[in-house]
Amino acid sequence: MKLSSSAIRTILPAASLAVLLAAVFYMQPRAMTYTGLNLLFNLAVPIALATVAQMLVMAVNDLDLSMGAFVSFCACVAATFLQASPAIGILILAGAIAVYAALGVIIHIRQLPSIVVTLGMSFVWAGLAVLILPSPGGTAPEWAQALMTAKPHFMPMAILASLVIAVLTHLLVMRSTFGVLIRGVGGNMRSVERAGWSVIGIRAGAYALAGLFAVLAGIALVGLTTSADANIALRYTLLSIAGVILGGGEFVGGRVSPVGAVIGALTLTLAGSFLSFMRISPDWQIGAQGAILIIVLAMRLALNRMEKREKVH
Amino acid sequence: MTTLSSLSGKPWIWSFAATIIVWVVTVLFTGGSSSLGLTQAALTFAAFSVVVGIGQMFVITLGPGNIDLSVPATMTLSGTIALKIMEVQDGMILIGLIVAIGLGIGVGIGNFALIKLLRIPPIIATLSMSFIVQSCAIWTNRGLRIKPPQALSDFTTSYTFGVPNVAIVAGALSVAAWFLLERTIYGRWISAIGQSPFAARMAGIPVDGTRFVTYVLCAVLASLCGYLLASFSGGAALNMGAEYLLMSIAVVVIGGTAVAGGNSNVPGIWGASLFMFLVVSMLNTYGFGAGVRLILTGLIIIGVILAAGGKQAAR
Repeated sequence: MKLSSSAIRTILPAASLAVLLAAVFYMQPRAMTYTGLNLLFNLAVPIALATVAQMLVMAVNDLDLSMGAFVSFCACVAATFLQASPAIGILILAGAIAVYAALGVIIHIRQLPSIVVTLGMSFVWAGLAVLILPSPGGTAPEWAQALMTAKPHFMPMAILASLVIAVLTHLLVMRSTFGVLIRGVGGNMRSVERAGWSVIGIRAGAYALAGLFAVLAGIALVGLTTSADANIALRYTLLSIAGVILGGGEFVGGRVSPVGAVIGALTLTLAGSFLSFMRISPDWQIGAQGAILIIVLAMRLALNRMEKREKVH
Repeated sequence: MTTLSSLSGKPWIWSFAATIIVWVVTVLFTGGSSSLGLTQAALTFAAFSVVVGIGQMFVITLGPGNIDLSVPATMTLSGTIALKIMEVQDGMILIGLIVAIGLGIGVGIGNFALIKLLRIPPIIATLSMSFIVQSCAIWTNRGLRIKPPQALSDFTTSYTFGVPNVAIVAGALSVAAWFLLERTIYGRWISAIGQSPFAARMAGIPVDGTRFVTYVLCAVLASLCGYLLASFSGGAALNMGAEYLLMSIAVVVIGGTAVAGGNSNVPGIWGASLFMFLVVSMLNTYGFGAGVRLILTGLIIIGVILAAGGKQAAR
């Protein structure tokens, strides 16, 4: 059996998700139902969207350390302006996406480290979020709430949404011209430039698209939680990076996998549920999550090595 | 060549210039009455950022992708355990210190083992490690707040000739770090690895050994900082390290150390640490709310990077 390396990249994260899912089903067979699956993966949808956003930034060799603060900000806007006066809400969110595009341009023109610029931006987004919602509150727009809590007959909403996100981003990043260009900038910026493309434009586009997905993550999150606060998604920064890496993406070289990123986000969410089923003392929950991350990555290494050995023979 | 050397001297000038401006603006507002108190507070709080910042700087110098996210968890764990072992007895201060350093060495070894053996990118390896370390801290802490030994508490909160003792400790560590970087073969090695790991390996530099020592050093400095901070603030808290994650990265980069690695800068860390504290206290003095304060802090960070980074890009 011959597998391309890109196929392996997708299969490995899926395999680790399957193993984790099997473990959960074994411990709690009732999770194997419609409601059970929905509960397991509910919170995965906003995380998956944020992970895809992070992946787009990582595709051009950058890193977004403001993801968590930005998603929190979007959630606050969604729970206030977008709900009360949709036009202003949409305007604010569109402005935020424009800021993301501008960041891409500034980072490119001034050759600034993306880590620092987004670190600074994380303060800005957090401050704006605090200004909008000084204390937890707000109400989710009805349509966002309806969408996130919908109960389609054939499969749970969480799974359906993840599938849609995975397919859409796969088409966008792996099959479209723009996606190839984004990954090209990550792989070899100079050759993309020499081929006559505007690297500034591509980077701005990648950032804007990341901003769009992060906005969607904020709206989806508010749809689930029905209200927001300024710190609602702070852990998304690290979760999104971990999700991309779990999904087979890499920090440099434009090597990313959208399907893998969504699976990575699902795996991280499931790891949380898995621990509560294990009845692990709350003291050790975070630690066990770290351990799961390590085990999954160790599995990946083992499988990678097996694959390499097969290639040699 | 002359332009190159003058440019290489510039990165840290920026952070000091910004620090002085912010200091003057703050003191002007209060009519000069707060200048001594403000300076002492700035030195005290900058000292903690400097200690973790130096460790982070060594790691970042190793090159792209090298970063230690386990700093806050290590600080919390070492502060918690050291205070627990010292049991408020003055005689145990040294043992507490040794235990804290030992913990740092352990975390550093764990970090590097994950990076090397499992080939996990450092950012994820240290993140996973920090989850485990944080859990250990939660488990040992159990919500109890143990006080530091009186002598240690007095030492960390008092002054020698008007200079805060913690700032003196941080200053001594900075001099040692500067010496290590600029005058020893180890410092040359980490710069060489940061500039080109492949060339460094070809030149016979023990790349893995150097990286190992660097990750251990960073974790030890983090645990040392946790030990000092817990003693200074009268007890360890589970979230005491939280703000030092972004802080340790921010002071390194604002201080002029190249994020791409291979070029580090000790004085800049002091400039950046003082700057970060003074910005917040300036905005406090002017009576801004939390939201505006955060926004301005962010914009100032970006402004400094735009001003300083533009010069580097001109090369």
